[in-house]
Amino acid sequence: MSAPPADSVLERAPVLLRDWLTGFLPGRARWAANSLLDIVAILAVFGLLFAFLTLAERKILGRAQNRPGPNRTGWFGLLQPFADGIKMLTKEDIVPRAADPVLHFLAPVALLAFAILTFAVIPYGRDLVPVDLDAAVLYFFAASSGAELAVFMAGWASHNKYSLLASMRALAQLISYELPLILSFVPVAMAAGTLSASGIVAAQSGWKWNLVPHWLVFTPWGAAGFAIFMVSALAESNRSPFDLPEAESELIAGHLTEYSGFKYALFFMAEYFAMCALSGMAVTLFLGGWQAPLPALEFIPSYAWFAAKLLALLLGFIWVRATLPRLRVDQLTRLAWKFLVPVALVNLGTAAFWSLSFQWAGPLQLVRWGIALAMVAVPTLLLGRGLSGGLGPRTYRYA
Amino acid sequence: MNAVLTLIALATIAAAAAAMAGRNLLRCVLLLAVSWAGVAGFFLWAGAEFVAFAQLLIYLGAISMAVLFAVLLTGRSREDLVADRVPPRRALYAVLAAAAVGAVLLAAVAATPLAAGPTSVPAVGVRELGLLLMGPHCAALLIVGVLLTVALIGAVVLAAGERTEKPDPEP
Repeated sequence: MSAPPADSVLERAPVLLRDWLTGFLPGRARWAANSLLDIVAILAVFGLLFAFLTLAERKILGRAQNRPGPNRTGWFGLLQPFADGIKMLTKEDIVPRAADPVLHFLAPVALLAFAILTFAVIPYGRDLVPVDLDAAVLYFFAASSGAELAVFMAGWASHNKYSLLASMRALAQLISYELPLILSFVPVAMAAGTLSASGIVAAQSGWKWNLVPHWLVFTPWGAAGFAIFMVSALAESNRSPFDLPEAESELIAGHLTEYSGFKYALFFMAEYFAMCALSGMAVTLFLGGWQAPLPALEFIPSYAWFAAKLLALLLGFIWVRATLPRLRVDQLTRLAWKFLVPVALVNLGTAAFWSLSFQWAGPLQLVRWGIALAMVAVPTLLLGRGLSGGLGPRTYRYA
Repeated sequence: MNAVLTLIALATIAAAAAAMAGRNLLRCVLLLAVSWAGVAGFFLWAGAEFVAFAQLLIYLGAISMAVLFAVLLTGRSREDLVADRVPPRRALYAVLAAAAVGAVLLAAVAATPLAAGPTSVPAVGVRELGLLLMGPHCAALLIVGVLLTVALIGAVVLAAGERTEKPDPEP
């Protein structure tokens, strides 16, 4: 290795580019220009990611259902998202006469704004942290909790009973799953000893025997926390199998019923942005952020590793949507309150044991692993068995 | 810096005043949420990052939901949510009560000797905050936790009632 990976040209390319663009400006103006540049970069990258994610989703869902998916607009349908965008922009924007016009307009705007706000604190690379806050993860959850208010505004302002009922149901879902989401993060804060996103990434650096990275997902409680986090993230971003608020195929579209044209597109944009932001947070918290999986692979720049992990999680989201059927609303709340929350609490105890036994060495490490695994796996299995008792196997009688 | 503070204060107070004056209860709740966000903005201006985000998470995320649900579940119809015009006598009482509370608060503020503190306050990080909460202020934290747990259990008991669990009918 010639130079340490932090100094390689590829690694520093985004920062060098930024300095080349704004380097001539004096102090405060340069700071403002840099911040503006960060915002433009985030919006451009995630805007494009949103566009092609919709295409990827339609393609993959199509393949999963043995049909080609969109393939008429451009090469492999690559221009489809732009065609969709133009269609959405030119569609008529209908506001019901009885609707509350201000709130009806503000709801999609607020939802999108809160979703974009969450991008500010995710460390995208070694030098690519837009805002390095001391309480970054708390900021992330605070910003994403604003989405509930926006969903309610949408449901209420439409002046439609289906919208209102669906938005209440969406609220119940969002509030229920926010709890396991945050509880699954608490062990990470305990292990890293910080709420700063870059601090959490730094705490996961290094390799054991130059082979196994110190990512939190490779500990018993980290794996359980990652699973809880991802399930809750699916629910928080209204994705299948938790897409009851929308349930395009069987219900009317819930709180989106009275929205049309570009406002409707904004809701989906916010949903995809929330999905990207939650996946980015999952990468940061559990998958080592921008760290490379092997020391030999460190020559690949850190933002590429972040992008690879992010895309892997997003493809996982799409895969889940193609595979799992939708839950009923009672199953949804039961899963959150009777299963995920208790498991997250047990996980908290496991993490406490893990951080108390950090100086166990030699063969004791195996014992530590075994105890921690048993502490999280046994209650999970017992709880799962207890909750699913009497539910299956089902006998289907056909009419 | 003071211009920012003035803006935050004006936005917070204006939102709160509009929430008090508004007729439509739902809009009032949303305006109240804006006012709470303004308080968070004030904390942020004062350099208390953690408190600001906690304020946002708790007030904007949880308390506003509780208020919204309370308003929606108690109102019988949409028209109920538009408050009647307040009769002058009640308005008078309200102003009197508010004036009394305001006078007490003002007197307390006026009686407190405001020390001219150091101009640069040391920034308290999340870690120091956590150590303080877990160390010297542990009792307060535990008491608040117990209180909230009791409230939660009480709410569950009230909501659950004596409904008997019926198994799902076979499909």
